[in-house]
Amino acid sequence: MFHQLALGGAQQTERTVGNDQLKPGGIPLKIEGVSKTFTGRAGTVEALRPVDVDVEAGQFICLLGPSGCGKSTLLSIIAGLEIPTSGAVWAGGRKVRGPGTDRVLLFQEAALFPWLDVQRNVEFGLRQAGMSAKERSATAQRYIELVHLKGFERSYVHQLSGGMRQRAAIARALAIDPAILLMDEPFGALDALTRDRLHAELESIWAATRKTVLFVTHNVREAVALGNRVLVFSPRPGRILRDFQIDLPRPRSLEDHTLVDYTAEIMSVLQATMGAQEQGDANGKSD
Amino acid sequence: MAKAISTTTNRRSVSNITQSKWIRRIVFYALLLVLWQVIANTGVWPDYLFPGPLAVLNALVGGFQKGQFLQASLLSLQRLAIGYGISLVIGVTLGLLIGRVRLLEDTLGSLILGLQALPSVCWLPLAILWLGLTDQAVIFVVVMGALFSITLGVDAGVKNTPPIYLKAARNLGARGLALSAQVILPAALPAILNGLKQGWTFAWRSLMAGELLFYSLSLGNLLQTGRDLNDASQIMAVMVLIITIGVAIDGLIFAPFERRVRERWGLVSS
Repeated sequence: MFHQLALGGAQQTERTVGNDQLKPGGIPLKIEGVSKTFTGRAGTVEALRPVDVDVEAGQFICLLGPSGCGKSTLLSIIAGLEIPTSGAVWAGGRKVRGPGTDRVLLFQEAALFPWLDVQRNVEFGLRQAGMSAKERSATAQRYIELVHLKGFERSYVHQLSGGMRQRAAIARALAIDPAILLMDEPFGALDALTRDRLHAELESIWAATRKTVLFVTHNVREAVALGNRVLVFSPRPGRILRDFQIDLPRPRSLEDHTLVDYTAEIMSVLQATMGAQEQGDANGKSD
Repeated sequence: MAKAISTTTNRRSVSNITQSKWIRRIVFYALLLVLWQVIANTGVWPDYLFPGPLAVLNALVGGFQKGQFLQASLLSLQRLAIGYGISLVIGVTLGLLIGRVRLLEDTLGSLILGLQALPSVCWLPLAILWLGLTDQAVIFVVVMGALFSITLGVDAGVKNTPPIYLKAARNLGARGLALSAQVILPAALPAILNGLKQGWTFAWRSLMAGELLFYSLSLGNLLQTGRDLNDASQIMAVMVLIITIGVAIDGLIFAPFERRVRERWGLVSS
């Protein structure tokens, strides 16, 4: 069942993305009234108001909002790593009851295992799935090449730059061939140049595999550059303020005037909901 | 103070510091040896009670020439290896269980915490009653010395496993034994190493204490025969040997291992 997709296409489609006739490798996702309230010693914190979202298979959807608005919590719930206080998540028609390899979460810190080299990090999920060593190695190799890390198979995490770590983490996530990629500000800690390059790589990987992608960010330009759809969240407790459909051809240019218009509109939505004292904060975070 | 020192002079001054550190150290030890020899030469105490460094060196060389010292070291090291190996297997398992299972932590965990307060030599009388004056009795004491430190080290490491590794691993399909062996233990390794190091120190001490009572040719036994023969130079020579072995195990096994782990786990900037 693994890797029936034409991954070879990823390299070729580097700059010619956008042919929508490809069969989606992703599955639809239905979020029904999901909310989360944390109960701690300091009292209860309402992180997420009930959220309803329908995500089509193969859609690239960005969750945008200020820090602490519950978007990461929503992602953890979809990943099955946290239990919602109310509501349920349906992935491909099946109710989410715990972590599953059809949904893989990528973190801001790459969360690679420092005791394994890149090759064995990428093989980790395959090993859990019981794949033979030979098959594992070949599969990992393919994904390491896909994220342009060839030659670094034997490197350990402390020897890699931040961008390379995220690439390795992406390869590790893709290797188990999930239908849904959940990305929690994966490029948040990277410099702008590395981030732009990884955007392009992610776009081409997505175009080749048509996985369903949920991408959390607090960067407006990142959201409009990548998403088919941008969900704008309010500050805590999070709820969805607006749902933007972004039907722009890819690859997108950040100078494109439609894109600039979207950015401005989303910014104004965000700023309107945040208090005057938080405005400066939102501006600072959005570039 | 001149703040704008270039990196080259900085590096040079760092190597100067290590150099002068070593010079000071060598001078210190040389003076100590001279002082020792001078006191021995005054003849306040007879030679067989307070030998000088040269006499001890003679005893050390002689002990190796007769083959005694090597044979004794090997037997002691063998006991250490067996005892420590057993502690390692049991300790890692116990630590993992206590760290992961709440019920075991509340029960067994408290017992182990209590037992660790008991110096392991206290087990020696029981060990001899149960097992006689055998190798097993010494090894038992060594295990009792190392086991609890290792257990508590693993337990602490498991509890402090960075949650992000657990999340990532579960997300990639790891669960049960694979999660413990492939993620929790390696993630906890830096903390576990502390327990392993402490365990080894305790094992070495318990071994020496235990061997004092035994007749087979071991390091502790050589100390005892030195006393029986009124030969302080042999006792001191064996003490030097015990120190050397201890420092060597620390410096050749634990220190490089720890350095590598700390570097790879990103705990030091390389």
